[in-house]
Amino acid sequence: MYKSTIQHLSYDFKTLANLMAKATPPRSGDVLAGVAATNNLERVAAQWTLADVPLKQFLNEALVPYETDEITRLIIDDHDSLAFAPISHLTVGDFRNWLLSEQATTETLTAIAPGLTPEMVAAVSKLMRIQDLILVAKKCRVVTQFRNTIGLEGRFSTRLQPNHPTDHPAGIAASLIDGLLYSCGDAVIGINPASDNLEATLRLLHLLNDVIERFQIPTQACVLAHVTTTLKAIEQGAPVDLMFQSIAGTQKANDSFGINLGLLAEAHQATLDLRRGTVGTNCMYFETGQGSALSANANEGLDQQTCEARAYAVARKFKPLLVNTVVGFIGPEYLYDGKQIIRAGLEDHFCGKLLGLPMGCDICYTNHAEADQDDMDMLLSAFAMAGGTFIMGVPGADDIMLNYQSTSFHDALYIRQTLGLRTAPEFEQWLQHHELFDAHNQLRQQTNIPPLFKASLQQLKNSQS
Amino acid sequence: MTYPKNPSVAYDPWQHLSQFTPARIALGRTGMSLPTRANLDFQLAHALARDAVHIPLDFTQLKQRLNMLGYATQALQSQAENESMYLQRPDLGRLLSLNSLAELQAQPPLAVDAVIIIADGLSSKAIEHHTVPFIELLLPALQAKAYQMPSLCLVKHGRVAIGDAIAEHYKARLCILLIGERPGLSSPDSMGIYFTYQAQSGVSTDADRNCISNIHNNGLSYEQALKKLLFLIDGAEQLQLSGVSLKDETTEAGLNNQLEANFLLS
Repeated sequence: MYKSTIQHLSYDFKTLANLMAKATPPRSGDVLAGVAATNNLERVAAQWTLADVPLKQFLNEALVPYETDEITRLIIDDHDSLAFAPISHLTVGDFRNWLLSEQATTETLTAIAPGLTPEMVAAVSKLMRIQDLILVAKKCRVVTQFRNTIGLEGRFSTRLQPNHPTDHPAGIAASLIDGLLYSCGDAVIGINPASDNLEATLRLLHLLNDVIERFQIPTQACVLAHVTTTLKAIEQGAPVDLMFQSIAGTQKANDSFGINLGLLAEAHQATLDLRRGTVGTNCMYFETGQGSALSANANEGLDQQTCEARAYAVARKFKPLLVNTVVGFIGPEYLYDGKQIIRAGLEDHFCGKLLGLPMGCDICYTNHAEADQDDMDMLLSAFAMAGGTFIMGVPGADDIMLNYQSTSFHDALYIRQTLGLRTAPEFEQWLQHHELFDAHNQLRQQTNIPPLFKASLQQLKNSQS
Repeated sequence: MTYPKNPSVAYDPWQHLSQFTPARIALGRTGMSLPTRANLDFQLAHALARDAVHIPLDFTQLKQRLNMLGYATQALQSQAENESMYLQRPDLGRLLSLNSLAELQAQPPLAVDAVIIIADGLSSKAIEHHTVPFIELLLPALQAKAYQMPSLCLVKHGRVAIGDAIAEHYKARLCILLIGERPGLSSPDSMGIYFTYQAQSGVSTDADRNCISNIHNNGLSYEQALKKLLFLIDGAEQLQLSGVSLKDETTEAGLNNQLEANFLLS
């Protein structure tokens, strides 16, 4: 039982899970789940109480029972008590102070990461303002490699997302060229297939592989099908760079996705065995998002941000190249408006980075949410200031297959220009080599089709005239 | 899209690629930013899509159109009593209202194989545009399999899982639910189909469903969607399951123009 008295009113919080949920800044999904604070005062009372909880308590009181949830077991069994030792005496409130202090450097944060549990970082994030989330995340450094190097200081990568409503190769190729010519795609060229069709997945895998080989692009490909589909594709000899899967923070939610840790381990090993990385072996790409557990009726009484942080325990088990929180994707039932989306994106980035993950953010919204482009610009700017690893690059911000708005190629150019950020070094060299970038790494103005794609596009023109 | 000539705007010399995709490609730039015209185009599309969410489906008209083709219908409703509740309470959108439940229970028991459910979802335009022509293809195909089916269920303010309760009531093996997908900027009228084998309310999860999405004029055709659905139905009947263990392995015949399909690699 957790108790506090604020303004002569006493508050009881039955469990740590309950306390965490009540301490969470407002969001519609927690109201929907029936776990949110009933008013502002109760929320603040919960935050005061949470601040006094020792970090150690998270190792003693599981938010979802150890016996029934394999993610709880993963969190507890993999906990590194040696890494935890330097901060093991702190309360959640002290931990916030420590994180913001000069003692928390890139080196110390990297060292304690294996000693942190998702619940600890979720708890401290609930006591933080946006500037705290930015400042601390900015101190974290997570570098991953496959065919290039993601996450170096001063770098900001993009996933090129050339989706098409029927997976038509020409439609995908058109968006793909547009994105490359706008200098996007160093994190991954990743297609969401319109269906979970094996043949379509195989065709797209071969298409991306052929393009990357033909033009010698130092990046990796991914078709975001279900792991079981991609495993089948591997069995059929398909060229798979990155294994993709959506993951969530409870066993029950992952069940509803048709996955478990054993299946992910099998998928990870099958991808590693292909040995397609040239500079590194990080070969997993995970997507998450607040609300996904509740959406599957599997939030186990937790608030959605804590569920989300627990998904990162799943991610870090498999040393991913990229983790992407798709922050405004499911809709206003979970994140009601721009304000909630912005905070959620920065919380997810903070929690993921603190746990040692290469966090990107699909800065996005749906047309039934109370959000617009201005909100996305606010999140994009704050995310990049926080040292975010990558964002999406969607033509004109309009995903014509998934029916939502994400960030555009132009958005990536805006943020790189404003904050002096650069693409992954290998990709940057490729852009320079093909004269898409000038000597100052600025996108060149093209009056003609650049030499790189001239032959392909010229032939297309000729064939049609 | 034509741009007014403006010296500060850089036009992309690959605009002819727009023939292959409705995506917003080759928008050009001013500095590193979106030119004014492209920015305004986006704002217009966003305004249209926002409004599309709030246009209610005309169930009376839909019923008349289906009845005129000889298909019987029945009107049902979820527990979400209005649009605002529907948007904010997905849990209520998954449950049948007490009245609807009572109406179903008042019917004499039927032995059926499949139920077809049409729910408004987030796009009334999708249902208005695509349901009737798709049903005209689907029903004969199912009748050819000698499937017994109750009247088409038209569900107001329904979410995907509402089909489970209906299928369970009829003890139907196959639950086929057509629903309006959330409106995108470029496709405000996209329809989706969710297929569940032996759906059970509160038991079936997303892992038990197969989804065929993006059925609209720039997306999947009715014929393509039907082909996929029939493949899944046959597969489900054989394996006695649906969802992640049932893979859509239909082949695509539409890629006839090989040069266009592979122009980047030719």
